[in-house]
Amino acid sequence: MDEHTHEHGHCRDLLGSLSDYVDGTLGELLCAELEEHLRGCSNCRVVVDTLRKTVELYHMEAEKEALPPTVRERLFSKLDLEDYLKSG
Amino acid sequence: MNDRLNFDIAALKAGDRSEFARLVEETSPKIYRLLLKMLGDEADAEDALQDAYLKALRSLPNFEERSSLSTWLYRIAVNEALMQIRKRKPQVALGEDNGDDSEDVPAPVELADFCCLPESELMSGEGKQQLNRAVQTLSPPLRAVFLLRDVEDLSVRETADALGVSEQVVKTRLLRARLKLRDELSAYWSERVAAQKVEGE
Repeated sequence: MDEHTHEHGHCRDLLGSLSDYVDGTLGELLCAELEEHLRGCSNCRVVVDTLRKTVELYHMEAEKEALPPTVRERLFSKLDLEDYLKSG
Repeated sequence: MNDRLNFDIAALKAGDRSEFARLVEETSPKIYRLLLKMLGDEADAEDALQDAYLKALRSLPNFEERSSLSTWLYRIAVNEALMQIRKRKPQVALGEDNGDDSEDVPAPVELADFCCLPESELMSGEGKQQLNRAVQTLSPPLRAVFLLRDVEDLSVRETADALGVSEQVVKTRLLRARLKLRDELSAYWSERVAAQKVEGE
């Protein structure tokens, strides 16, 4: 790992672009500049990779969440919608 | 959740029970998930879920269609969650970073590359607990932006509409939230990453 830290100017400047970069919405010029920087800065590469992984893990985890049947039944009951309760 | 579901808005506004039941059926799993992650507590999430739909039912006749129906529901749900959080003790309600919207983003501290860990470990029961714990370290304003954008998949524009803030504020809060979560997860996994390096040597 190189000596370069994120308090140093260039890494700090690029920090503001990271969200757009992982979303693929960063403008072409800034994107090229960031990728050029990433080639020479292993710390920033770790930050970008783990940032992307963080977003991905939350996505994956959310897909597995379901509404518990009892919560659904109580909600329908609270809203006087029992007649419309289909089997979950 | 999006409006591909094609609800009959005129019927909803006119008080059609069957259409409202369909709306609840289709949207409640995602609204509950959002509330559970906003509040970090099942009982609180269920209370907020019921209150949000009661409020939606009362407000439907006045729905002005300036935003999509799903964005409107998310807005009601987030407001319910924020109200619940305000009711709690102040030390629980206040995160470390209380909606600071300056562009000066704190620098990443942790540099453990946890991408190298197996997915089965990152997504294990313990791994998921860490994901949930980390979300609770965000201040409520950052948490709301992160959950709407990255978990519920709303666009920046829709997130801004749901929260009543500008798109720039959404972007700034999203970056802060993501970096904070990344730091939290890196700190948590750092020992495992170090151990794996040693195993590999």
